[in-house]
Amino acid sequence: MSVRAWAIQCGLVLGMLWLAPFSLLAQGFAGQGFAGLGSDATGFATPDATYRLEFPADHGAHPDFRIEWWYLTANLRGDDGRDYGVQWTLFRLALKPQEAPGWQSPQMWMGHAALTTPDRHFVAERMARGGIGQAGVNAAPFEAWIDEWRMSGDDLNRLDLQASGVNFAYDLRLAATGPLVLHGVDGYSVKSAAGQASHYYSQPSYQVEGVLHLPGGKVKVTGQGWLDREWSSQPLAADQTGWDWFSLSFSDGAKMMGFALRGGEAPFVSGTWINSDGSVMAIDGDMLQLDPLEYTQVEGRDIPVIWRVRLAQMGVDVIVTALNEQAWMGTSFPYWEGPVQVSGSHSGVGYLEMTGYE
Amino acid sequence: MIATALSALMSHWRRHPLQLTTLLAGLALATGLWSAVQAINAEARASYNEAALQLGGVPLPELRAANGTIALETYVALRRAGWQLSPVLEGRVQLGNTWVSVMGVDPLSHPGLPAMRPTDGAPLTTFTQMFAHRDTIADIGTQAQDTRAQELPLTSSTQVPLGMVLGDIALAERLLDQPGRISRLLILPQQPLGLKTRQPLSVLAPDLIRSIPDRGADTARLTDSFHLNLTAFGLLAFAVGLFIVHGTVGLAFEQRRPMLRTLRALGVPLRSLSLLLLGELILLAIVAGGIGLILGYLVASALIGDVAATLRGLYGAPVEGSLTLRPIWFVSGLGMAVAGALLASAQALWRLHSMPLLAAPGVLAWGQHSARSDRGMALAGLGLMGAGGLAVLIFDGLVPGFALLGGLMLGAALMLPGALGLALRFGQSRTRGPLAYWLWGDMRAGLPGLSLALMALLLALATNVGVSTMVSSFRLTFTGWLDQRLSAQIYVSTINDAQGDELRAFLAGRVDAILPIRYGEVRIDGQDMRVYGIVDHASYRDNWPLLDGAPDVWDQVAKGKGALINELLARRNDLWPGEPGENDAQLQLGGGWVMPVVGVYSDYGNPAGQIIVSLDSLLAHAGPLPNRQFGLQLDPADTHALVRDLNGAFDPPLAGVLDQSSLKAHSLEIFDKTFVVTGALNVLTLGVAGFAILTSLLTLWSMRLPQLAPVWALGLTRARLARLEVVRSVALAGMTALLALPLGLVLAWVLLAVINVEAFGWRLPMYLFPWDWLVLLGLTLVAAAAAAALPARRLANAPPAELLRVFANER
Amino acid sequence: MAAQYGAINMLLEIRDVIKSFEGPHARPVLNGVSLTLEPGQTLALTGESGSGKSTLLQLAGALDDFDAGEITLDGTPLMGLDDKGRADLRRRVVALVFQQFNLIPSLDVAHNLAFHARLGGVEDRSWLAHLTERLGLSDLVTRFPEQLSGGQQQRVAIGRALGLRPKLLLADEPTGNLDQIAGDAVLDLMLELVADTGTALLLVTHSPRIAARLGARVHLRDGRIDGGEM
Repeated sequence: MSVRAWAIQCGLVLGMLWLAPFSLLAQGFAGQGFAGLGSDATGFATPDATYRLEFPADHGAHPDFRIEWWYLTANLRGDDGRDYGVQWTLFRLALKPQEAPGWQSPQMWMGHAALTTPDRHFVAERMARGGIGQAGVNAAPFEAWIDEWRMSGDDLNRLDLQASGVNFAYDLRLAATGPLVLHGVDGYSVKSAAGQASHYYSQPSYQVEGVLHLPGGKVKVTGQGWLDREWSSQPLAADQTGWDWFSLSFSDGAKMMGFALRGGEAPFVSGTWINSDGSVMAIDGDMLQLDPLEYTQVEGRDIPVIWRVRLAQMGVDVIVTALNEQAWMGTSFPYWEGPVQVSGSHSGVGYLEMTGYE
Repeated sequence: MIATALSALMSHWRRHPLQLTTLLAGLALATGLWSAVQAINAEARASYNEAALQLGGVPLPELRAANGTIALETYVALRRAGWQLSPVLEGRVQLGNTWVSVMGVDPLSHPGLPAMRPTDGAPLTTFTQMFAHRDTIADIGTQAQDTRAQELPLTSSTQVPLGMVLGDIALAERLLDQPGRISRLLILPQQPLGLKTRQPLSVLAPDLIRSIPDRGADTARLTDSFHLNLTAFGLLAFAVGLFIVHGTVGLAFEQRRPMLRTLRALGVPLRSLSLLLLGELILLAIVAGGIGLILGYLVASALIGDVAATLRGLYGAPVEGSLTLRPIWFVSGLGMAVAGALLASAQALWRLHSMPLLAAPGVLAWGQHSARSDRGMALAGLGLMGAGGLAVLIFDGLVPGFALLGGLMLGAALMLPGALGLALRFGQSRTRGPLAYWLWGDMRAGLPGLSLALMALLLALATNVGVSTMVSSFRLTFTGWLDQRLSAQIYVSTINDAQGDELRAFLAGRVDAILPIRYGEVRIDGQDMRVYGIVDHASYRDNWPLLDGAPDVWDQVAKGKGALINELLARRNDLWPGEPGENDAQLQLGGGWVMPVVGVYSDYGNPAGQIIVSLDSLLAHAGPLPNRQFGLQLDPADTHALVRDLNGAFDPPLAGVLDQSSLKAHSLEIFDKTFVVTGALNVLTLGVAGFAILTSLLTLWSMRLPQLAPVWALGLTRARLARLEVVRSVALAGMTALLALPLGLVLAWVLLAVINVEAFGWRLPMYLFPWDWLVLLGLTLVAAAAAAALPARRLANAPPAELLRVFANER
Repeated sequence: MAAQYGAINMLLEIRDVIKSFEGPHARPVLNGVSLTLEPGQTLALTGESGSGKSTLLQLAGALDDFDAGEITLDGTPLMGLDDKGRADLRRRVVALVFQQFNLIPSLDVAHNLAFHARLGGVEDRSWLAHLTERLGLSDLVTRFPEQLSGGQQQRVAIGRALGLRPKLLLADEPTGNLDQIAGDAVLDLMLELVADTGTALLLVTHSPRIAARLGARVHLRDGRIDGGEM
């Protein structure tokens, strides 16, 4: 899901206030990236369609690539009967390929944590440099961390997840109930008609339980989670202006990932259908229809918070509604990300990410 | 009616252009000097504020280590324990032609440094460039032999304080050669809620000391004394200028007395007349104030460079070398001009009210009845002196010190007419010749008219004597101290510890001794200071300038049984060695390290406290410290050759090789720069005082004729009278100078023994410089002669008709 | 003892003197005036305001230049005489008494009295003591001019003038600033002393009553001698 790269890029292209330097790093990528699509003059590795993912090694960091993330979202229900959403993300951005010791490291890390309730949305952000040990990822035993935030376990099948902000925290335990899912062709996911791509796999089937710490007190929660892993060195095409990304878990056990890159002559649409047994089907752009139905004002922008999602091949025609319309990530580069509820031909829950709305 | 009356009043100035010029010049000079000082102060203060903002505004609480550096691992461990901290690495390094402060931060966590905010055109500069003010870059220079300076990716930014190089900590640690070191950790304001109860910092990192930094306050406190000094000078100059204004306005009033009476007789109400005079005065004040502001700007522009150099050199305070015009300065300058003019004219305006409508026209009262007012003034003067002395006895700090100075100066000024009167009376009583006798009497009679100018001269001269005595005493002490303190022939800095080892190998057999110069940093009472660890060596025992300490002080230090501290620290924290049989004061070095104070040494020019212990003690408490600076003892004759060899022998080259003489020269250069401004203001004040004499003599000219004409009529040539006029001026100035001398010496004593201790933390011995006094006396006499020359020339060339008018019957 | 010039032993000889003041209304103040004064002679110079009588007195006192003619004072021609020469004459030969008294304000009575004599280098203490006594100033010697009445000041001025033992005393309206009683007293004293010492006196006055008390009288009108008895 190059959406994050996209989010970063949009942040720059659309000229935000650079309050923190991290977004500027991203701007640097964008500036360099536009110069040469596909090829890379700065020594970074580029995604390779012939590469076959290897685990657990590929759970770890790929410092030769420019950009990478560990992205976990979870739809939860509290013992108070309310719905909640949790996001835990660790980004890696490299100024130069390879790692170097100490402060000399060109690897920059950024963590985003969010906790969404029907009426509140809590956000925290962390930044760190590689090389000094303040942030990083070990493949095995698995640990991704920045400061005191951690996502750790022997492997990706069982994870402990912790993060905290000024006024919230969460501590969750995740157990995978299905296999890893490789997107695109064996994890080689194409992101534009021009051929930009990334390596992309997911663990879409976590059972989650744990505790949320909110200003009002602790809430015990259970639910399901979805982990995305993606790395690349290439930015998106210059004419792509924004991005809408869906991860949906239907109550019958099937799941779907779909995204649309807006801009250009037509949006670039793609996705993956995941059967309840874990088998996968790639979704072509012309099969998946993503249509915004209703907009709302979020931080001065019009953001579509109700969508109609159709995948005729699978008989899907659902309405996707944000749990909290104001799930705005006011981080170094801002975007909208929050839990959604699904109704219509299928019911279920999921996560929606939207960037590039001005 | 108003217009008519106004034009009548103004006609006076048309007829007396010189008087008008004097009035305007006096006020303009006063305003000029005052506003110059204000402009300099404002510029400096603005620079401090800007620097504070550039470094992140309100200082955050921070963590420091007792030994000065925090390990990277500690930082990471604290971050991973849930503490939001931001590391800062600081140090000083010689770059090219200058020393700079290096500040390295982690831009990912530091709360905002405007200079490092990237621009759209160059987004990655945050991590790839270091930032410095363009003046700093210019100071570093491009032709420097220093490869580090050449390769440093320096970007000019107005958002960085002068003398600082700011950048990513990765660049800074390489520049400072302190990999993995952190000087302090800022505790960020937003801390996470945390899952478990977070361990407090005091448990996680017991070695780190938490404090609220007051770096801004340090600069302010140190520089406050400097600015107070400048302000005092500015006020003095202003007062001198007001003497001129007072004299001129008074004279103009006296001369216009008949006109005022006529105007009133013709039906102009007293109220209107007062308002007219007031309006006229304010108008003149605004004109003069305007001129003064231009003058002040010019003076300040000329001086600001040196002031900036002084503040940077002496206090490390970042001050720009250029001047910005501020509206508040403009308004306050004009305000001072108007207020000063009104103050100086209050007497004249008051007299207008008390003037009877029909009194006979009179001239200014000359003569003996001023004795009573002399006595009153002398008493007031004594009172002022007493009040100043009392202030120092009762209160501590710099302000009472300046109050004492002010009391002494003003008090002495008030006593001057009385003192001169006594001296003249004595002189007259000792004189036989009729002309000399007349001259003495005439001088005495002329005192009231000249006394203000002479007071101004007294103040200027006393200041001159006082300040130059202080500076010269300081310089003499400083030079001697440098000789003692810089006892090694060569000082070498290496770029890292390994090179330090190479250096020792290289020097083996070539020098008598290699003395390592190693230090850690401690914080005592919220002040950062260095702790030096020394090895026992005769050069310390023989040369180190001790102010206090037992004979065996060096043995105690060598055994690790005591610490030496500098005078500043001793005075500020009242830490002194005990008298024999008493206990020494205990010095708390933090982290439970306590040392008795066994000696105090002088440490002029250092605005911070300093401590010396044995190297072993230091290393035992502060852990491993850089070992990169060395003092080399060798035969002075070999110095030159060794410096040459050292410069060529290492690759990469040594960080610095300084021989003692250039170090001394450099120190003295800084010293001299420090007092350039003082000297300039001295000269200016003296100039204003000379001008005051000139204007007094010129304005008194018309009153002088009726006194001189009878003597001329009795058979003295005009030329002779003119010569006597010069003699008269020179004699009065000379006597004033003689009286100014003791006052100046008292002033010097106050500066050395009271002000210096409060401001800098050191007390200086006072030396006398009679030759300087003679030069000053000579200058004064020349100035007085020059001031009298113009009116005297006028007298010598006056046509008899002008003198005869005095005898005209219809007056 | 005085230098001898011409047939008669003249102390002051003024011949055809012309004097103009510079300025927009320049016209001769003195337009061909001649007169002479012998030692010991007293002469009143009368005339209207602006007739030139004070100017003539000042010329006689070597105080100012003139444009044409001759003035010889005690045998010394004044035309072309430098400042120093004139100051010398003022210090030794002539003494002046003005309407405004013109004492030296910074000196007390005793020093004012002695001042001219001492300047001339001819201080004679007993003579000064005598004068002080005669002028009724004995109780006032330590006072300063501003502490004296007008009559007292003028008596000091006369004493200062005569203390020099001048050959010629020049007086310009010496009683002009005094009331009649005080003025008469001062005039009496001055004439007495002049007579006693044989000093010549040239006195400017506009008062015929005062003029009448002097040995001779010359009247000036518009810068010329208009009459009078020599």
